[in-house]
Parts: sequence; C-alpha cells; structure tokens
Amino acid sequence: MKEVVVLSGKGGTGKTSLVASFAALAQSKVLVDCDVDAADLYLLLDPHPSLSQRERVRERHEFWSGQVAFIDKEKCTECGLCQEVCRFGAIKDYFVDEISCEGCGLCSQVCLVDAITMPPSMAGHWFISETSYGRLVHARLGIAQENSGKLVTLVRNNAKLVAEGQNLDYIISDGPPGIGCPVIASLSGASLALLVTEPTLSGIHDLERVIGVCRHFGIPTLVCINKYDINEENSYRIENYCYKEGIEIAAKIPFDNVVTEAIVQGLPVIEYCHNSVTTEIRKLWQFILGTLDGR
Amino acid sequence: MVISVASGKGGTGKTLVATSLALALSDKCRVQLLDCDVEEPNAHIFLHLAVNQSQPVSIPVPKVDQTRCTYCGRCAEVCVYNAIAVLKEKVLVFPELCHGCGACSYLCPESAISEEGREIGVVETGDSGNMEFIQGRLAIGEPMAPPIIREVKRHIDPTKEVVIDVSPGTSCPVVEAVKDSDFCLLVTEPTPFGLNDLSLAVEAVRKLQLPRGVIINRGGVGDEKVEQYCHEQRIPILLKIPLDRNIATLYSKGIPLIEGMPEWRNAFLKLFQDIREIVTASQVMR
Repeated sequence: MKEVVVLSGKGGTGKTSLVASFAALAQSKVLVDCDVDAADLYLLLDPHPSLSQRERVRERHEFWSGQVAFIDKEKCTECGLCQEVCRFGAIKDYFVDEISCEGCGLCSQVCLVDAITMPPSMAGHWFISETSYGRLVHARLGIAQENSGKLVTLVRNNAKLVAEGQNLDYIISDGPPGIGCPVIASLSGASLALLVTEPTLSGIHDLERVIGVCRHFGIPTLVCINKYDINEENSYRIENYCYKEGIEIAAKIPFDNVVTEAIVQGLPVIEYCHNSVTTEIRKLWQFILGTLDGR
Repeated sequence: MVISVASGKGGTGKTLVATSLALALSDKCRVQLLDCDVEEPNAHIFLHLAVNQSQPVSIPVPKVDQTRCTYCGRCAEVCVYNAIAVLKEKVLVFPELCHGCGACSYLCPESAISEEGREIGVVETGDSGNMEFIQGRLAIGEPMAPPIIREVKRHIDPTKEVVIDVSPGTSCPVVEAVKDSDFCLLVTEPTPFGLNDLSLAVEAVRKLQLPRGVIINRGGVGDEKVEQYCHEQRIPILLKIPLDRNIATLYSKGIPLIEGMPEWRNAFLKLFQDIREIVTASQVMR
C-alpha cells in the first residue's frame, strides 16, 4: 500500500482540484482529506445528491480530544494560585477562558481545594463516506479547537484500515496548507509528497518552506506548477530552483477557468471537460504512479 | 483599531488585502502590519522595507537533573502532551511535543526539573515611514505556531492602526491571531470551496464575538451563493475585487494592488472608514 499526500505550503494553489481528479483516475484507492479545519474534497466527490446524507456517510464518529479546565465556584476559595501558574493566561478572575486553555491541567494539579476538574472536550467529528470514486475518510474539527494534528493522524490511520480491509493499493490524501502541526501529521511516513505551487512570489516562498519540511522528515517529493502560464518567468524560477534541489517537476498545468467551473458543478475537472488542463492532470497521475511503483 | 484579515480557505487574497489596506492607511496615519501567518509569512514580499531585526522565540522545555531524579514518574504522569517519559533509570524528553506549560518542573517532588528555552522560530521587524512591520516565522519542522503568533502580537501598539494577516483555516493558529481584534475581515471567493470555508470562518469569528465583514475576491469567477449567504447571515460585503488578469499578475510579481493600480487606493480607504463605523456602532451597542 502506497500513500501520496498533496501539499502546497500556500493555500489555494489547487490541491483539492487535483486530488479530486486523481480520485476519478486512480483504481484501487481510498481517499482521505487531511485538511480537517477546512475540508472541501467531499464537495467534488459527491455527484449524487439524490442519495441522502445518511446513505453517503457510512460511519460518523465523535473526536474527543484534550480537555479544558473547569472551576467549581462552590469549592473555589479564590486563592489565585491557578492564575499564577497558568502560562497561557487562560484564567482570569477565577474563570477559565476556554479558547486560551491548552488543557495542560497544571491548575487542577495545584488547586489546594480540588476545585478544578479537566473534563474532556469533544473537538470534532470524523467520517467514512461513500463517494462515486470510492471511500473517503474525512473530518470536521470543531470551531476554534486544538489538536488538529491528532485528528489528522486519526483520519489517516482509519484510511489505512480501510485500505488494508479492502486490499487497496493507494491512499490519496488531500493535505492542509502551511507547514505546522497538521501538515507534519499528514506527511510523516507517507510514500510520496506532491507539492502543488503557483508561479507567484508567495507561491515560491511557501514552496521552499514546505520542501524544507519534506526534507526534514525524509519524504520523497515531486512538484507540480499549477497555472504555470500566469507568470512564466516565475515558473522558470521554480524549475531552476527544483533542478538545483534535485526535485522533479511532475507537471506544468496551464491556467484555465474550467477548473473553477468544475468546482461550481461539484465535479473533478477531468470529469467536467477535456482540454490541455485535463491532459496534463492525466499525465501527472501517471507520473505519480510511476514514482510510487518505482518505474 | 486592530483589524484581522482571515479567510478559512487559503489563497483567497488575505495578504493582498492586508498589504493594500496597511499601505493605503500608511499615507494618512501610523500603521502596524503584523504577519501572523507564521507558517507561510508572505506579506514581506509586498513591502519595500528591510526586515532588519530578528528575535528568537523560545518555549521552555524541561531539563532533568539526573543526579536529583528518583525516577518516581510524577512528571510523565502530569504531562498531558506525552512529552516526557520515565524509564527505569532514565528520563526521556521529547521537546517537539512540549507545550511549555511547566507542570513537570512545578510538580517534581525533588525539584529535579529546570527549564531551558528551545527556539521554535523568530519574530522579525522592520519599518519604513509610517509603517511598522512585524512578522513571525515558524522554524522548519516545528509544529506549534501559536507561541510565535502570541509573540508577534505582543508588539501591538494600540495608538496605531493595526492590520493582522492571518493563516488559513479555523483552528488554533487562526484563533490565536484573530482574538482580541476589534474587527475581522473575511476574504473569500465566490465558489463552493470559498463558501464552505467562509461559513466555517464565520462560525469561529462568531464564537469570538467579533464584528465582521466580507471581501469577495475574484468576483465573477464562480456563482452567487457567497453573496446569498452573506445576505442571509446579515454579514456586510465591504469590498468586491473582480477576477482580473492584471491583478493576478501584480500579485505574482509581489506588487501591492494599490501600487500597481492606484485607482484602488480610495476603495481601501473607504473600506477602513466602513470598518470604523461598524466598530464604533458595535461599541455603542455594548
């Protein structure tokens, strides 16, 4: 079983549109959306709105993670020790600011009258859904919750179980933007990272950082330049940079509004039309398969 | 006034808006631009100023004095992040899991645990004319953005107009960057992705009880559902930026919109006036 994760550093470069097209092209795969705070992949994989939500979502699970301090006013003597020891400024006037609390529990440990408990908090949900292109494991992190990395690990582990259970060859993963905790959780131990960039100075800057993260964790890496023709000079810079870093450019996809039109229709772009964009995406998937299978 | 610029979805134009808003204001008054997208800070690309000061950001991680340690295991028991493990005659610390809460050192019965700073990134500053610029930069391979965001926000000068560029998403780095601002601008695009992620961002901003408004970027690219949503939810649409190849080209070259197309300057000043009116009205309501 091989796992390819699609990342970008910068948001909005086209990760989800590509993953949806791979979903339609690949055989023997499970899909996973690791962007747990803004999961959009299901919007492109669900072309049968006739099915009810219940029929599409096979499994729905609660994600309990971490804890938030709670002060029992009856017991509290307002000694102030909890406020003193909290490094996150989460207790003011003997009230816990749930958003600032990082759940470390030091306050409850030091409280002299055992007035502070640490009830676990429900931090979101995760799902296994049936789509036209196979099973999708995805999640929704609760609003303003922590532990997105843990939820990413959870959906990845469950995608692996689905793949093992059904004897599938590939896990195709739509990653989150950035380089922090959820990205690291999406990346560690993957077979291959596909980095989708765009020829803007921001895109280049962010690509360099996410390449650094892939290297840090020793993950083999390919780059795809999306919308390469909006600034060919910058595309050339990316190619040069990748050449120097020893990273292959797997595809250069032209800009075309059909990608957005397909999103509006709720379809992977390769199912929406046939043109230079979709030809390049098909070649890209073959390139990825070749790399994964060591061809 | 502190205005945060967030979005839910990535790549909708937060940095474009934050830089043009801050630059337009810097002609009139003293401005701070804070880049709190510490995983991928890009605002500096659009500014003509030298980022010439850099300060490391560290979090305190435990350092165990093995001569005093009795391997009682109390530290591992209290650490909810599993950042410390006690073996028979050895204590293992996993610094990248440590949140720096201090529970282990505080609760060690032998006082065998002290703390040492571990660098996880930097805060960099620079200025030019009326503009003071502060950005955070998470080190490669480090998971935790919030401590750096907190450090960037420590530079906020309430006598100035402050614009904060936020990372995409709705989880802890976004909340850390947005909270305590006077107004949150949500930048989106008129597509199903833009709408889905905008609605998540709106929920987050509601939870934080911040006045809010929307900017629709790349207008004309998709459908009308974002506008419908904003009307239903009574969220003001404060600015629309059309899909325009010239705007995309300027962005790709790192040229701020109001420099490359100065006709946009007044639109950003008007945006600021509109925000000020909303904030003033919401303060009266309170």
